[in-house]
Amino acid sequence: MKKLTTTLATLLIMGSASSFADGHKVKVGMITTLSGGGSGLGIDVRDGFMLAVKGNKNISVITKDDQRKPDIAVQLADKMIQSDKVDVLTGIIWSNLAMAVVPATVNQGKFYLSPNAGPSKLAGKGCHKNYFNVAWQNDNLHEAAGGYANSAGFKNSFILAPNYPAGKDALTGYKRYFKGSLAGEIYTKLGQKDYAAEIAQIRASGADSVFFFLPGGMGIGFMKQFSQSGIKLPVVGPAFSFDQGILKAVGDAALGVKNTSQWSKDIDNNANKKFVKDFQSEYGRLPSLYASQGYDTGKLLISAMSKAKVKDKDKFRDALRKADFSSTRGKFSFDKNHHPIQDIYVREVIKEGEILTNKIVSVGLKDHSNAYVSECKM
Amino acid sequence: MTSILFFEQLLNGIQFGTMLFLMSAGLTLIFGVMGLINLAHGSFYMIGAFSAALIAGLTGSFWLALLASLSGAAIAGVLIEILIIRRLYRRDHLDQVLATFALILLLSEGVRWCFGAFPLYLDIPENLNGTLPILDDIIYSKYRLFIIFMGLLIATGLYILITKTRLGVRIRAGQNDRQMISALGVDISKLYTIVFALGASLAGLAGAMIGAIQSVEVGMGEPILILAFVVIVIGGIGSIKGALIGSILVGVTDTIGRIFLPELLKIFMEPASATSVGSSIGSMLIYILMALILIIKPSGLFGKT
Repeated sequence: MKKLTTTLATLLIMGSASSFADGHKVKVGMITTLSGGGSGLGIDVRDGFMLAVKGNKNISVITKDDQRKPDIAVQLADKMIQSDKVDVLTGIIWSNLAMAVVPATVNQGKFYLSPNAGPSKLAGKGCHKNYFNVAWQNDNLHEAAGGYANSAGFKNSFILAPNYPAGKDALTGYKRYFKGSLAGEIYTKLGQKDYAAEIAQIRASGADSVFFFLPGGMGIGFMKQFSQSGIKLPVVGPAFSFDQGILKAVGDAALGVKNTSQWSKDIDNNANKKFVKDFQSEYGRLPSLYASQGYDTGKLLISAMSKAKVKDKDKFRDALRKADFSSTRGKFSFDKNHHPIQDIYVREVIKEGEILTNKIVSVGLKDHSNAYVSECKM
Repeated sequence: MTSILFFEQLLNGIQFGTMLFLMSAGLTLIFGVMGLINLAHGSFYMIGAFSAALIAGLTGSFWLALLASLSGAAIAGVLIEILIIRRLYRRDHLDQVLATFALILLLSEGVRWCFGAFPLYLDIPENLNGTLPILDDIIYSKYRLFIIFMGLLIATGLYILITKTRLGVRIRAGQNDRQMISALGVDISKLYTIVFALGASLAGLAGAMIGAIQSVEVGMGEPILILAFVVIVIGGIGSIKGALIGSILVGVTDTIGRIFLPELLKIFMEPASATSVGSSIGSMLIYILMALILIIKPSGLFGKT
């Protein structure tokens, strides 16, 4: 009888011990693009995130590929929430996928930390207490590009972007800061690779500068074809077409182009130096801005976990809101709508030896937030 | 000014069309001769581009890269025909669609394993860089003119091959009556392998030529495959002539439509919504064209009724 009691007591103690440990464990569901077109972006976000949480025994990550398709992303999110019982979701690259997944996720009481997509709807009217964007609101880098265009003296810009939520946010963002007039404004097909027709329009438009937002493979095609067309207009754009992953494929056509980014590998702080060095030794390549966003997302999660248990939603949310981690971008905090307040830099594409990369030339917008804070009732 | 822009856009449309022709010629030949629906045709486009990027990276020569795209895609075509496709000819179309769809996934992931997920670099040769003045005010990219020239050259070559050579006679015979030509002693399985490899190499060449001005990345073949199917449905399945006319029609409609439709709508709409509505309708235009043609000629422009 005594033996039985001891056994039971031991079991109880063990039980409570393991439930104590469980409270500090966080299950992360990462849905991102790992195959097909645009997979370079997802792979960078995943690798950055995994680097940040490497060796942390309290975090377990389930990674799934959304193939850049909204319906698949929704299925994956449902499965992760219903049967895998994840606490936190993250990873989505594309705004149209984020719009399909995020609202349902946060309404079911899960946290969503966005390492990339920041559609305006989720920053304004559709903001939510459980949704945090660690990258930027979609308009941000384009606003900085518009600001740069003013300081460079551009008066008449031709602007183009793909026809999807982030494309519309991009042109809105540029126009919000750019003071000159527009020589033309085009929405292209998402995934379009050939820009002969658009380039002919640019040539005929009499513009003095070109602004474009064409992420991933779309931008590679545009830059190459634009430089072959013999049009000598200055080009400005967000970092998405000039990140480390695709510069190699664009080649010398990108040299000298000014682009805007919240991150660059030469931002001078210890967190960033450590990140660039660790990333290179772990994966054997230079990190891109996507990788830095994944890394910061991981670090933010760890910082919140050290302050509160994830099951205690209110405390955990407060801990996330404090953003008490050393970001690769240096100064970083959340505004009221859970989107970053941060510096946005103007970078230039240069050659370091044989490798094309970026260097910072100036700070475009200092402590920049977003235009949708007032629309967010939270 | 508008007439210059129009002419330039017309050239862009024709250039787009000649590229579509390289894709759809192989697709329609394979369907016409073997009765096979090959969804994996876009993968040969990708294999061609990656072979070219690999050789261009090693040797620095664009012309060797073009040769590599032809031979790389042809070799892949022969292997895949002998190992897999050969077993599908007698099955119904749904089985073929399933099996070739699986091939797309296998080949895409295979290429990603070999080359990684990041796009590769492939550039046009120095002497085709820049523009060429044609007529008074019109300047046009040399490389795109080269693409048009190559497309027309290959169209002529295919015409001669099909109408004037012994192989061409066999291909036409295969299209008309498969049982009869094998009864006449033609080695039908060899003929099938040759036609499949020919189709694959044309797709590979298209991939390399387009990859040089766009991007060489995994999954690049699928968007163009859909257009190639539109082309062969419009042109009539199995007809090379139909593929040529259909390609030019689709290329020109797509290019002209997506540029001039928003401009047209601006006359009676505010600019912002005109651009967004116009570009949405512009991207539907080729499907509307396809629907119209199918209403008038249900088997396509040059299809067998």
